[in-house]
Amino acid sequence: MELRLDGLSVDLDGRRIVRRLTLDVPDGRVVGLVGPNGSGKSTALRCVYRALSPDEGQVLVDGDDLAAMSMRDSARRIAALTQEGGVDLDFTVEELVALGRTPHLPGGRRLDARERELCRWAMARMGVSHLAGRGVLELSGGERQRVLVARALVQEPRVLVLDEPTNHLDVHHRLELLALVRESGVTALVVLHDLNLAAAACDVIGVLSEGALVAVGTPEEVLTEELLHTVFGVEATVVAHPRTGRTQLLYHLPTARKEA
Amino acid sequence: MRNTTAPPDPEAPLQSPPAPAPAPEHRPRRLATPAGTAVAATFLALFLLLSAVLAIGLGSAVIPPLETLRHLWAALTGGVISADEVTRHQVVWEIRAPRVLLAAVVGAGLGAVGVAVQAMVRNPLADPYILGVSSGASVGAVLVGVVGGLAALGVYAVSVGAFLGALAATLLVYAIAHDRRGVTPLRLVLTGVALSFGFQAIMSVIVYLAPGNEATGTVLYWTMGGFGGATWGTLPPAAATILIGVLLLRRMSRPLDVMALGDEAAAGLGVDAPRLRRRLFLLTAVMTGAMVAVSGAIGFVGLVVPHIVRILVGADHRRVLAVAPLAGAVLMVWVDLVARVVAAPRELPLGVITALVGVPVFITLMRRRGYLFGGR
Repeated sequence: MELRLDGLSVDLDGRRIVRRLTLDVPDGRVVGLVGPNGSGKSTALRCVYRALSPDEGQVLVDGDDLAAMSMRDSARRIAALTQEGGVDLDFTVEELVALGRTPHLPGGRRLDARERELCRWAMARMGVSHLAGRGVLELSGGERQRVLVARALVQEPRVLVLDEPTNHLDVHHRLELLALVRESGVTALVVLHDLNLAAAACDVIGVLSEGALVAVGTPEEVLTEELLHTVFGVEATVVAHPRTGRTQLLYHLPTARKEA
Repeated sequence: MRNTTAPPDPEAPLQSPPAPAPAPEHRPRRLATPAGTAVAATFLALFLLLSAVLAIGLGSAVIPPLETLRHLWAALTGGVISADEVTRHQVVWEIRAPRVLLAAVVGAGLGAVGVAVQAMVRNPLADPYILGVSSGASVGAVLVGVVGGLAALGVYAVSVGAFLGALAATLLVYAIAHDRRGVTPLRLVLTGVALSFGFQAIMSVIVYLAPGNEATGTVLYWTMGGFGGATWGTLPPAAATILIGVLLLRRMSRPLDVMALGDEAAAGLGVDAPRLRRRLFLLTAVMTGAMVAVSGAIGFVGLVVPHIVRILVGADHRRVLAVAPLAGAVLMVWVDLVARVVAAPRELPLGVITALVGVPVFITLMRRRGYLFGGR
């Protein structure tokens, strides 16, 4: 299933946060969205999981405009892992994962046997089966993040939208999560802060600066020393990973000269 | 088309590190299963029946349970009672039965609305009156009582005034809290609390300016709450509103669960939280208005029953909304009984008893179960 952001513009409180953003996520590909703080990455994603409606432009899945679909219909195709990880009520892990089935359950229907098996599988996949009966409010940040990923898997999406999915995760679970996204073959749009992680995990990277797309292409094409300097304001050396050959960045710590 | 979740394959190697041995569950929640909840609900329903019969029998004239049942049976089936029993029959059927049933209905409504309002504004301190409905109702009732008007409605005038006051307050709160992006939970709470102070000030002015003590009495009754005015006439509208309201809320159980994850996550799961919040706002306002109109504002039940029930059966709204109305009904029947028996022939304000009974129960459960609502 392919996802297309088509000329997306978003205004919040009179300020234009996203400017005419057009980005294609081909079927089964992982596309990363990177950019400095406040560049509009999360706002663009919110239009995809429909927490916001764009002021201009549209989001298309397989050519269908999301705005013409009910929220439940789009949630059957698109699952989101949002940054807001808080939960008000002390659900058990099992209950929280099962809520991922919500868009597939009309009215008050309960989970059937296949869906319960799916929940167990997703919890096992994310390594949280042992937490099934625990209250989610007792979990550590990383455990909760993995539970939320399990919830997204249970949604059986064909498009996965991840906003900073590696937040709170230790290095093992970070790599594990991105490997899972790649292996699953799902179409994915991922906001990442860690450029090395983005370079390792994404087929295509789009760079946002002040709401506009300033570069898009493979990690090698996009992550140049010049772009890192102009967009992110950092100095780095671009190298090829000695084993995988993928683009990686070695940062230079800024010296104190700017203070003078 | 490819799919994230291939059918679960038990042979698939799991990449995750070996899971630590299952930790012993440190908070056993035996009732937090569908079966456990069914047991709890059945027990509460039977206990409610028993409580109602006892409560109808008890009072300044004590009538044994079997005799109470005989009177109720005679009234329902059109049976015959002897002439010397007429007074007792009237006490049972005309005075106490509607009162106890109204207590059960209002208790059930407060329990259910409390659950819904806490979910709607995402705040554990919320209760059915937080959105200014009750103080608006009091102003409406007092205005009708003191200034007059609605005279054509006869004995229902004050109740109708209260209901209209409640609806007016609700619309005002909504209009103020609303903006282009809908109502945000915190703004709703702040508006409700602020307007409550405003309505209370208006009430004080009316009481101060009105001649005689009549206004003071009306205000006290409406702010403390009571079932002294219960008749077979006031019961059906309230009962029907609460019954339909509770059923509608139960149908929203899953969206209510999802809303507790935050509006963003809810959107990702196909739940339009702002729209759901609007519907909840309307539904809870009508239910609260209907309750306030017949019993005034009875504090504490709508705040504490949801928490007690969540401690017992877990957070799932399907289970909570099955048990909370019954728990609220049982609590209210007993509270009303205590209120009219302890200092008979005087009646204590219900709010006093709900707090005296509710606070220890709540604190005990909260400490024992390590209850969490959105934080530690």
